[in-house]
Amino acid sequence: MTRLFLALLVFPGLLYAVPMGWLMLGSERKVVARLQGRVGPPLTQGFYDFVKLLAKAPVPRAETFLLTLLPILAVASTLGALALLPVGAGGFTGDLIVFVGLLEMAPLCSVLAGFASRSVYGEVGATREAVLGISGNVPFLAALLALASAAGSLQLAAVAGGAPWVVRGPALLALLACLPVKLRMNPFSVANAEQEILAGPLTEMDGPRLALWELAHALEWVVLAGLVAVLVVPGRGGAFVLVSFAVVPLLGTLAAATARFKIDQAARFLWIWAVLAAVLAFFAAMAVRHGSL
Amino acid sequence: MGVLEPILLRLVDRARRKSAWLFHFNAGACNGCDIELVACLTPRYDVEQLGIRLEGSPRHADILCVTGPVTRTTREALRTIHAQLPDPKVVVAIGSCPATANVFAGSPVIDGPVDRIIPVDLFIPGCPPRPNAVVQGIAEAIELLVAKGVAQ
Ligand code: SF4
Repeated sequence: MTRLFLALLVFPGLLYAVPMGWLMLGSERKVVARLQGRVGPPLTQGFYDFVKLLAKAPVPRAETFLLTLLPILAVASTLGALALLPVGAGGFTGDLIVFVGLLEMAPLCSVLAGFASRSVYGEVGATREAVLGISGNVPFLAALLALASAAGSLQLAAVAGGAPWVVRGPALLALLACLPVKLRMNPFSVANAEQEILAGPLTEMDGPRLALWELAHALEWVVLAGLVAVLVVPGRGGAFVLVSFAVVPLLGTLAAATARFKIDQAARFLWIWAVLAAVLAFFAAMAVRHGSL
Repeated sequence: MGVLEPILLRLVDRARRKSAWLFHFNAGACNGCDIELVACLTPRYDVEQLGIRLEGSPRHADILCVTGPVTRTTREALRTIHAQLPDPKVVVAIGSCPATANVFAGSPVIDGPVDRIIPVDLFIPGCPPRPNAVVQGIAEAIELLVAKGVAQ
């Protein structure tokens, strides 16, 4: 129990994840700016944005309760997913399922928030987010399942350490292809398409509520980069931090180099290429299980 | 809270100074002012290094940038959008059009200038103003924003 609390509150939870999330957001903007020949915002930008948004007085509106509850849920569940990453404290049986469940809460909440805000832009954004969520989750979950079946366990720690590289390679590729989808970045920034549908599901969020959404987004960065790091270097704390941070310039470069897909192009890309990598991982996992590899 | 409060207030001031988000509203501008505003975000002027960002939604924004003389069709939209910005907020009018209606003055379809419709905190003159002037104006608007936050 104490170990779980430590994981939730200290590492890789609250105390590590919040500053790390802001640092990741700041570095991502910095990377994009440098690639465009600009100076870019300071690395601490995420922190300043958060404090400023917290201090704003939101415009009164009718749906306050739901719109306040959803971002709190998103932050809490993402923190929970973080606590299950097998670094530092150990996990428990079946934690892969809980991890995926908690990780999927934040996008789900943002879809709900989009509809609850009763704005056309919010609704269009929420619909796109839902479509992308499904397309992105098929390869994402398939890759995780392939890993789990190769390791013969549903424990994240065992999965990270146990899957051989023939499975882990393609699975990692599939997961990496899903990362920009889950972080709503170029070329998959269809759901929060700035200026096109205003800000997608978050169009009607303001003040502290928007601050919480930004925090949830920062935490999602830490979890997803952390998941990659756990699979690349299983069971090592220091390397975990380094590798998860290395994901930032990778995704930042991709975001700076690409324009936005249309929703159908994005879905098609995921259904072909990411699913292909996941299926490869799956076949490798089957081969490993039946002893032919 | 006693000891902590002044520290927190200073932190909030600092955060406001370092993270001003803009919402751009075209109230019938000829697009001249708009491209000068957008030019401020490009590599040459790069206002993002001051934490300034162009937001898609007025609810996210701190500073409302209005261009154009306010036509009959944009008047109500301007009022609505101004009401959607959470406090503290600052309104910046960019160009001669929102200040005086410029060459469009006297036209039957013009309801401006802007300060007839919503309160304006700062005018940036020019037709169109140079990006340097826009950047300077936004910097002054940020100071106004901080002052308004303190008053609140
Ligand atoms: S001030 Fe001049 S450049 Fe700006 S919108 Fe008016 S006419 Fe166009």
